[in-house]
Amino acid sequence: MKGYNFAYLDEQTKRMIRRALLKAVAIPGHQVPFGSREMPLPYGWGTGGIQVTASVLGRSDVLKVIDQGADDTTNAVSIRRFFARTAGVRTTTHTSEATVIQTRHRIPETTLRDDQIIVYQVPQPEPLFRLEPSRIETRRMHALADYGLMHVKLYEDVARFGQISISYDYPVLVNQRYLMSPSPIPAFDNPKMHLMPALQLFGAGREKRIYAIPPWTEVRSLDFEDHPFRPIRAPHPCGLCGATDSYLDEVVIDDKGGRLFVCSDTDHCAERRAAGHVGSEGLREAAE
Amino acid sequence: MSASIDLPGFADPVTEAQATFRAVLDAMARPGTIHRAGQHLAAPAPLDGATAAVLLTLVDHETPLWLDAEAAPARDWLAFHCGAVLVPEPDTACFAVALSLPDLARFSAGSHEAPEVSATVVLQVPALASGTRYRLSGPGLREPEELSVTGLPPWFITQWQQNRTLFPRGLDVILCAGTMLAALPRSVSIEEG
Amino acid sequence: MAYVAVKGGEQAIDHAHAWLAEERRGDTAIPELSLAQIDGQLGRSVDRAMGEGSLYDRELAALAVKQAQGDLIEAAFLLRAYRTTLPRFAHSSPVDTSDMRIRRRISAVFKDLPGGQVLGPTYDYTHRLLDLELAHDSGGATPKCHDPMTAMPRVPDILRREGLMEPDGDGATEPGDLTRQPLAFPASRDVRLQALARGDEGFLLALGYSTQRGYGGTHPFAGEIRMGEVAVEIEPPELGFAIDIGDILVTECQMVNQFKGSKTVPPQFTRGYGLVFGFSERKAMAMALVDRAMRAEELGEEVTAPAQTVEFVLYHADNIEATGFVEHLKLPHYVDFQSELENVRRMRREHETSPPPAGGGLGEGAVRTLVNR
Ligand SMILES: [Zn+2]
Repeated sequence: MKGYNFAYLDEQTKRMIRRALLKAVAIPGHQVPFGSREMPLPYGWGTGGIQVTASVLGRSDVLKVIDQGADDTTNAVSIRRFFARTAGVRTTTHTSEATVIQTRHRIPETTLRDDQIIVYQVPQPEPLFRLEPSRIETRRMHALADYGLMHVKLYEDVARFGQISISYDYPVLVNQRYLMSPSPIPAFDNPKMHLMPALQLFGAGREKRIYAIPPWTEVRSLDFEDHPFRPIRAPHPCGLCGATDSYLDEVVIDDKGGRLFVCSDTDHCAERRAAGHVGSEGLREAAE
Repeated sequence: MSASIDLPGFADPVTEAQATFRAVLDAMARPGTIHRAGQHLAAPAPLDGATAAVLLTLVDHETPLWLDAEAAPARDWLAFHCGAVLVPEPDTACFAVALSLPDLARFSAGSHEAPEVSATVVLQVPALASGTRYRLSGPGLREPEELSVTGLPPWFITQWQQNRTLFPRGLDVILCAGTMLAALPRSVSIEEG
Repeated sequence: MAYVAVKGGEQAIDHAHAWLAEERRGDTAIPELSLAQIDGQLGRSVDRAMGEGSLYDRELAALAVKQAQGDLIEAAFLLRAYRTTLPRFAHSSPVDTSDMRIRRRISAVFKDLPGGQVLGPTYDYTHRLLDLELAHDSGGATPKCHDPMTAMPRVPDILRREGLMEPDGDGATEPGDLTRQPLAFPASRDVRLQALARGDEGFLLALGYSTQRGYGGTHPFAGEIRMGEVAVEIEPPELGFAIDIGDILVTECQMVNQFKGSKTVPPQFTRGYGLVFGFSERKAMAMALVDRAMRAEELGEEVTAPAQTVEFVLYHADNIEATGFVEHLKLPHYVDFQSELENVRRMRREHETSPPPAGGGLGEGAVRTLVNR
């Protein structure tokens, strides 16, 4: 794009972000403060993820952007266009083709490879913020690995509800040291973070924090022995491709309580259908 | 002392800095794996291509730089091309360039609240992928991996173990030789293999 | 009817942009606003956009106001996003407001003082009656000459001669810059003032107001408010002397606050300080109140109120951050909502088969999860 540097950010800013990224990788799960810049997109729209992606991206990269698991959600479209415009990189909707995947709220169903990088957009990097709003305090807690507050919260959940009631942004312990927000992905996706072959980078623009999980790193969702972590998904097969192990969107199809459950990962669903898998909706149509 | 200031920096700064960064990022994410950098760079003596490329990529006026005596001849080149601010004492440096293993305890290891405010030591060694074998394990590695390095003294292991005990504080090291680099983040455990 | 996943995000965006452009222009039978008109006739909007946008450029600010259809937070955002792309050539020397070319200068603590009370172009004593004459093309009054007045002593300087006012900082340390380094605590006063100067006028107004109602009172007097042009100077190292690069219009407010003294400091007046681009008196005054409130800890006062809590004020003053995060709730969150739906369904199922051990009812608890998370 005329008048702007490759991938929008100036080189000085990229250097600053790159230094933060390297420290983040060296200290898995630790939130590294960085001089987040004001981007031409609003805070909350992925400014952190965009800055991380812009600092990582090269001319030969292939970029995939998803929001809610889908490539065609408006904000994913907007961010993909931003990079197509400012970096001229090739973009794709196919998980397997991408070298860099920027995501909001999901991890693709297809297992990521060690030559891929996933960049998460993070609205709130501090996993303790609901329990202690002061970042001066939470910083001290991370320094001491003092996570008693979170354990008490989870314990109270069990005492009150008989189970842990967190269903997304479910806190994890990284490399047995740092409590970390996985970003607001559904708890269903948490196990994918554990020993993931791909490098995981997290950018929080408004809160000015970057953090990372190196490949093959232990990422444990907090739980109790007698109340183990249980990922949740709707107990249905995908209506389009019949998948029984993917995370599902619930679509309201009429005003009589009709629901259709379909894969949230649109690329995953499309590939399955291309491979001949058919769900109940497809079967119904074929019968009509 | 040095005429190396005349040597150019990256011919295509945007592309080469990005490629070098990805090499370092990958190296840091997978400790001990070897990556290429600085193949197209006329590095100032005594720096190798990889060393010079890493510095061009990461160092600027915001990151105080310390050089050991052997690396000092590259001072002017680094000041000119990186805008680096050179500091006489290692403890205030964000980055350090050394041609032989310095005493790691002399660098900032960060604080418990800000362990990221620690030095990154760019250590140029005679060779990577040959020499003493080290066994690496930790985040980034599925199973223990081997890295061979020529030119590290026997007391390196003790120094590193010391660094490892500081975690999450600690230094991170980027090893460079010729146009190869590997990284040792503070999270990695190293034994002689 | 077969289910088809929603597609066409790309088209929808293009359509929205086109519609927005059309709506911005409005009825093409009506002449389009020029930037000179906006700067000349909506000057206070331009001032606010510059202040919160952190960029002094009247023409660009007028453009931002036009592009944002008069939405001033949106206009400030446009300026901020532009500002970050600009290279930095130099840092200016601190502006010298005692050398201001005065358009307005009032003090509430002295009846008269050297230079006098200068009302300037103020709304203060206007009666807020809609001027129906203004509804028509007024043709404009014949401009009178308002020669700006120069160099008037500042009230705190007058008080300081008697030792009654705390001294200025020595200004020896390099000031911080929030736009380059993330906020860290404890935040020094220079960084706090930068955050307030960029902060949202409404937020500062409400916080300043809260101190007047007892939430961290500071016994303020409006020592002086002045508005006018000051010179901006830079001192290039290769020259060794300062050069004037232009004038900017600023509003400065120095609140004078009582201070009973401490073991080491005799009783004296302290200050809350406000300095804002343009004619933005309300903001400068609110800023001065909040600045003084945030000095509570430094001055050994008890920290009890929101305006005194530095972390709270600084993290919430920026309206670009705030509007982004509040408004981001309209982005799709259906993946997370789906996980909450399933969670509540599961909890209800399990409640039916085996109610939780003890304590609160599950229905209530399930709602709590949705509300709180
Ligand atoms: Zn499907």
